[in-house]
Amino acid sequence: MTLLSVENLRVSFPTPSGPVEVVKGLSFDLGRERLGIVGESGSGKSMTGRAILRLIRSPGHQIADKMEFDGIDLQNRSERQMRQLRGARISMVMQDPKFSLNPVMTIGAQIAEALRVHEKLPRRAVRARVLEMLEAVRINDPERVMKLYPHEVSGGMGQRVMIAMMLIPQPDLLIADEPTSALDVSVQAQVLDLIDELVREKGMGLILISHDLNLVARYCDRIMVMNAGRVVETCAADDLHKAQHPYTQGLLAAVPRMEETRDELPVLDRSQWSGT
Amino acid sequence: MTTRQWLLADSPSSKLQANLGRGYRMMHALLRNPLAVVGMVILLVLIFAAAFAPWIAPYSPIGQNLGERLLPPSFEHWMGTDELGRDIFSRVVYGARITLMIVALVAVISAPMGLLIGAIAGYFGGWTDRILMGVTDVFLSMPKLILALAFVAALGPGIENAIIAIAITAWPAYARIARAETMTFRNSEFISAMRLLGASHARIITGHVLPLCTSSMIVRVTLDMAGIILTAAGLGFLGLGAQPPLPEWGAMISRGRTFILDQWWVATMPGFAIILVSLGFCFLGDGLRDVLDPKQGGKS
Amino acid sequence: MTAISLRNVDISYGDTKIVHGATFDVAEGESFALVGESGSGKSTILKAIAGLAPEWTGDIDVLGQSRGHGVDYRFASRCQMVFQDPYGSLHPRKTVDSVLTEPLKIHGIGNRDTRVKDILNAVGLDQRFRFRFPHQLSGGQRQRVAIARALILEPRVMLLDEPTSALDVSVQAEILNLLKRLRAEQGLTYLMVTHNLPVVGFMCERMAIMNKGRIVEIAPSTALHDGSFGDPYSQSLYAASGGNPDLKEIV
Repeated sequence: MTLLSVENLRVSFPTPSGPVEVVKGLSFDLGRERLGIVGESGSGKSMTGRAILRLIRSPGHQIADKMEFDGIDLQNRSERQMRQLRGARISMVMQDPKFSLNPVMTIGAQIAEALRVHEKLPRRAVRARVLEMLEAVRINDPERVMKLYPHEVSGGMGQRVMIAMMLIPQPDLLIADEPTSALDVSVQAQVLDLIDELVREKGMGLILISHDLNLVARYCDRIMVMNAGRVVETCAADDLHKAQHPYTQGLLAAVPRMEETRDELPVLDRSQWSGT
Repeated sequence: MTTRQWLLADSPSSKLQANLGRGYRMMHALLRNPLAVVGMVILLVLIFAAAFAPWIAPYSPIGQNLGERLLPPSFEHWMGTDELGRDIFSRVVYGARITLMIVALVAVISAPMGLLIGAIAGYFGGWTDRILMGVTDVFLSMPKLILALAFVAALGPGIENAIIAIAITAWPAYARIARAETMTFRNSEFISAMRLLGASHARIITGHVLPLCTSSMIVRVTLDMAGIILTAAGLGFLGLGAQPPLPEWGAMISRGRTFILDQWWVATMPGFAIILVSLGFCFLGDGLRDVLDPKQGGKS
Repeated sequence: MTAISLRNVDISYGDTKIVHGATFDVAEGESFALVGESGSGKSTILKAIAGLAPEWTGDIDVLGQSRGHGVDYRFASRCQMVFQDPYGSLHPRKTVDSVLTEPLKIHGIGNRDTRVKDILNAVGLDQRFRFRFPHQLSGGQRQRVAIARALILEPRVMLLDEPTSALDVSVQAEILNLLKRLRAEQGLTYLMVTHNLPVVGFMCERMAIMNKGRIVEIAPSTALHDGSFGDPYSQSLYAASGGNPDLKEIV
């Protein structure tokens, strides 16, 4: 079943020398599956994630032939109706928990707020749900963590709190934009495993946006490779290493490997596909 | 290749071209802001009036004509005449010179002083910071006009002393801004890199810290100009600034106060001039802030 | 001859001790990595050697000379540093040309025009970038400028603080290739801080793995091929970085 369907999505920003398109006609369908969007900075991958939630800030502008989420036309919704949708049915985890959490609110209060905005529940039930959620994101001693402020927790724990906040209203689709690039490698795996587990358990859709091909290949079913606002290749995650497009191949080859013996890393020849 | 293309070249071929190109882009951005353009026009008119006062003014600013006392605005005297029969329009035009001089001298004295003190305090931190900022706080804690009054009272009334007094009271605000700004990048990597290259503290402050503080300083000084003009006018009004018969706007209002009910134009016309010029500086300052705001990193 | 030698170096910021008893040697011409997670103190060691973290005890020798606790004018021409953030390490209001000329002016070196041209060639930047401002350059180009700035005084030791972690993979490959080539051409010694083990495998011969301010193990980079680390922390870091999937369960 299709959860999200996007056709010919375009995002543009005005500049003194005319509008510049950062997403140039993107189309894809997403079921209750895990889709990875990979690309380098400036490829338009983050803008795609934001555009789905209609979060492109002015003066940016987005249009699409079709943008439908679970039968709802996202383009015709008023800003108010979009707010009801955001968080409740589509959630987004951002890159750095430091900037996404309110510094003057305790963690417990923030998670509770995320729940209360979308559901009316008695206080005790809210508290129980918050505790349950913090346990689900594997925070030991959730009673104590609830009372802490964001600056009192580590980056990894902050990101887990973010995930708890995003998942507590039980959305159908989670958009994770570079959820781990501010974290250490050992914590990265934990956070991604956690997202993965929760997504599978609840049967949600996931869009994982990242610059890291291997990471996306490990955690997604399907991969979309973007370059300069366009999708250059879509493939199953398991077939990534059979990628056809020279850009994807170039990206894969440019990453140093653990068992590195090459004297020189192959460098992308950007002239090869420019214009495609 | 047109001049415009040369200025906007992506790959300038000399330092001069690079800097001119940056200036051109800023100017371009500034000209797109209608209020800033209005501000610039007002200031250009002020500068024009000051420069060509003898040709613009139809009468002498100090020549008395007791037969034509307190005439209302008419074709002959556009802004009327004052209690000694002097043409107010001519006096306002000549007054532009004094206003411009006050503004320029205060900016030249207090902005660099504040900038330097703030940058030094912010860059070194520790005790240097505490001592310099302590002094700054002492100055800041006193009301500007009162402090200026005290200085003028000590130095004696007169336009030069008024300027010195205003300059002395104006720098602490600039020092605060420069310090705050310096603190945001004193631990940044480009400063560390300069230190590792063996650059002396003096070199880093003058060559690397100050250039980054100047743009916000220019904005701030422009916005403060209105206040400076008002302070100068206030001193003039209290009889501690420019002395008669100098056509200083504040002093003119002060003289006109006596007749404000019957001959409103005597006090009102220089008042309009003060408002207009203050407004001009505010508009320009706002426009400059949009263009020079350090948060935009000079991308315009 | 050893290029860098640390003996029992403790580094602190205020009352907190960040690094405990760091001891290692880097031979001249070697490329050595300091590896660890954030907060392990790896960057702090680099800063102490450079003179930017003055509160330390122990002995630090660079090229046979004992290091003082501050920044040093003569040290500048022997040892330079490349920073992590290509967006923060260049002055936003200075052209590439003035960034590169300034060190020459400070050290009273003449023939600046030719030197700037040569160094731009060496780091693979076209001459047309010479009078651009940083905001007119991409991340990779900025990092090339930062490398050029460090190299223009012809130092023999380079301290590299995560030089590619802020860059895209394809640009990272270009910069890593550049650093490797420059080292081969000029016989430089590298001390590189990174959290990325595969980069170590490509760039370095040996590495010190750090955890919570202590060096837990010094290993050759060939250990990355088979995961033959002695310390359990090194093994877990190796596993978390995607090496040897069999070991992953330990984390």
